[in-house]
Amino acid sequence: MLRFILTRVSLVIPTFLGITFLTFILIRLVPGDPIEVRVGERGIAPERLAAFRHELGLDQPLWQQFLDYVGHVLSGDFGLSLVTHNSVLSEFLTLFPATLELALCAMLFATLIGLPAGILAAVKRGSLFDHGVMGASLTGYSMPIFWWGLLLILFFSVALGWTPVSGRLDLVYYVEPATGFMLIDTLMAGDYDAFRSALSHLILPTIVLGTVPLAVVARMTRSAMLEVLGEDYIRTARAKGLADGRVIGMHALRNALIPVVTVIGLQVGTLLGGAILTETIFSWPGVGKWLIESINRRDYPALQGGVLLIATSVILVNLLVDVLYGVLNPRIRHAR
Amino acid sequence: MKRILLGAGLGMAAALALSAPAQAAKTLVYCSEGSPENFNPMLNTTGTSFDVALPVYNNLVQFEHGGTKVVPGLAESWTISDDGLVYTFKLRAGAKWHSVGDFKPTRDANADDVIFSFERQWKPDHPFHKISGGAYDYFNDMAMPKLLKSIEKVDDLTVKFTLNAVEAPFLANLAMPFAPIMSAEYAAMLLKKGTPEKLDQVPVGTGPFQFVAYQKDAVIRYKAFEQYWGGKQPLDNLVFAITPDAAVRLAKLKAGECQVMPYPNPADIDSMKKDSSIVVQEQEGLNVGYVSFNVTKKPFDDVRVRRAVSMAMDKKAMVAAVYQAAGVPAKNPIPPTMWSYNDSIEDYPYDVERAKKLLADAGYPNGFETDLWAMPVQRPYNPNAKRIAEMMQADLAKVGVKAKIVQYEWGEYRKRMQQGEHQMGMLGWTGDNGDPDNFLYTLLGCEAARPGGNNLSKWCNKEFDDLVVQAKRTNDIAARTKLYEQAQVIFKEEAPWYTIAHSVVYMGLAKNVVGYKMDPFGIHRFEGVDLK
Repeated sequence: MLRFILTRVSLVIPTFLGITFLTFILIRLVPGDPIEVRVGERGIAPERLAAFRHELGLDQPLWQQFLDYVGHVLSGDFGLSLVTHNSVLSEFLTLFPATLELALCAMLFATLIGLPAGILAAVKRGSLFDHGVMGASLTGYSMPIFWWGLLLILFFSVALGWTPVSGRLDLVYYVEPATGFMLIDTLMAGDYDAFRSALSHLILPTIVLGTVPLAVVARMTRSAMLEVLGEDYIRTARAKGLADGRVIGMHALRNALIPVVTVIGLQVGTLLGGAILTETIFSWPGVGKWLIESINRRDYPALQGGVLLIATSVILVNLLVDVLYGVLNPRIRHAR
Repeated sequence: MKRILLGAGLGMAAALALSAPAQAAKTLVYCSEGSPENFNPMLNTTGTSFDVALPVYNNLVQFEHGGTKVVPGLAESWTISDDGLVYTFKLRAGAKWHSVGDFKPTRDANADDVIFSFERQWKPDHPFHKISGGAYDYFNDMAMPKLLKSIEKVDDLTVKFTLNAVEAPFLANLAMPFAPIMSAEYAAMLLKKGTPEKLDQVPVGTGPFQFVAYQKDAVIRYKAFEQYWGGKQPLDNLVFAITPDAAVRLAKLKAGECQVMPYPNPADIDSMKKDSSIVVQEQEGLNVGYVSFNVTKKPFDDVRVRRAVSMAMDKKAMVAAVYQAAGVPAKNPIPPTMWSYNDSIEDYPYDVERAKKLLADAGYPNGFETDLWAMPVQRPYNPNAKRIAEMMQADLAKVGVKAKIVQYEWGEYRKRMQQGEHQMGMLGWTGDNGDPDNFLYTLLGCEAARPGGNNLSKWCNKEFDDLVVQAKRTNDIAARTKLYEQAQVIFKEEAPWYTIAHSVVYMGLAKNVVGYKMDPFGIHRFEGVDLK
């Protein structure tokens, strides 16, 4: 098992280097440097421009800048944001819990609804319910996030007034950020009204962000279940007179879950990508919104550091899924 | 993280203030459009960042609420020497500093604070000069290093500024966001603690509202400063809820989650005006979008060609199609909200036949070929330069002028136009200090016509230049107004630009907001605002 984990971890190193290199190059391919973007049409005297470029190291050859950057990152230094002059790592750590909280809720939402829906659709294959689930998941999968988010806001928040429009917490509450997870922080503070407010602020963004993963999980569960239900051992199980629930719950579902777990793991990347849009719509103070602003302001260190840190978390989750997969399925961990 | 923790500490106090008597306290929520870069306007260039510092700070002088007139701020009066070189400011006695975090001020604002605030930006060896990147773009843009000779403390409440040259807009420059007065005592405390950058993150000022907490990218909280020299504000709390999407800002306004929203989508303005729960305010922005004719290049060296081209393009159609409700056609280089705007000037009419005739007179009966530069980005004074360029191209074809649209990356675009590489090209300007000098001298004076200067047409007209230079050298507003009015007449006759439009800016307010005035500089101020 240890060997299996080590092999997986060693594969992560080239991925990291690749991501670092790509972000580094891509942001520099975008025309306009941080100083020019800042000064706009008034321009800047050439000598001041040169002085600032020198200070930021932008006058160095690209390879030199890249090597410097990698060197700093390896020693845990992600640099300072060019705009706020705060440490990139601390900005990321301030904002990431908000993104993570939203992503976890979305995943939970997708799994709690997608899994049973997929199982039921498979068991009642060809029924009206099956068609309904498949139709709905196709719709969900093709839903443009921006439009869907605004639609929900206009209906539930403006027309009905059931949910708040945007933000994480009603402005009358102030909860000291201890963990950065609003649900946990409000509970720790013992402020249940604030907790309810945080929960109500999570509903719409969770639905919006969870829609695509929900569709994917439902479809994946259905097809995995269908495959397993056609296996000989299921027929055997039925033949020996086991109850339907036991056949499906014990024998079929456990085997069907293996590909589903993988898909859920892969969805984490999608979730963090989707979070950028969802956070913008719901004014959610997470890393997605922060990254967009960093692009607009050509804040190289913030963007590079942010992408790298998000990539790290995606890689970690995938690693975890791989390991979990190994635990669920002995064939994987023994295969060389 | 440090900042957030500190903010949190401050917030504890605020939490008590905000949550317990929430019903009684008057809290106004402003749905702001973005996150500030920091809380020090000396370092910034964007309105979003200026907005968050305005409630906290005072300048020596400030712009009157809703206008461009300069009125007393932290300085209650000032005198200008007869030669126009020495400005002596008398500071307000008893102007209190905010107590924020562990800073407890031991004295009122005085001359040391004024000197600190200017020397930080001015003197490269100042201990704070390099803090937070040290980019004092506006201080440099307004040529302050060149202009300032000395700043001296006469006594605790008197400061003397000596200039190297007479500069009438100097007073207006001091009212700009880049010139807030900060506490030297607070700065010294931070320096001693080894956290000088806090000065730019946790602001301490003498202004109407005091900073309470900032949760990054989410909420900024202020509370009214009880000891404000101008009296306590009608509002108790001011909250900025950062909401980047315009449609969501409108939804929040409708749902009552905020009371003031800036920058609605132009497409939503009609429906907002029909909504009885919303008040829509509008105002021309302090800006202009224009086409520069490069007078050093053929055929635009001939004034007849410039006039002909000005008459060949249908301005009304362009503004209606591209700006929609968010723009008005421009006839002068300065916006209508600015003093000395010459409203008696008549714009060139849209007249294809006369344009053709003028072109024939100038020796181009069959037209000519030209480039036509269009910005690659959306700007406040021009929402879609490419689309406008296409409309101009179609109009010009009707008089035989073949225009080829040229685009470069934004930074490159500006640099090349400042070098004068174009024949015809679009750009624009947003006013800094509300002074006509900031348009007429900065963009059309001879000094700016050098390669790399902001006079993109490279148009140096002796008569015009004399007027705007003379206006710069006198402090008499009435005399200056006359000079600028005359300069605008020459501008129109000589047509170095085709003025396109001034933007129109909209604000959405809840019905119960009283006393909110739109600001011609496009910043958002909440002094004196109340909730019914």
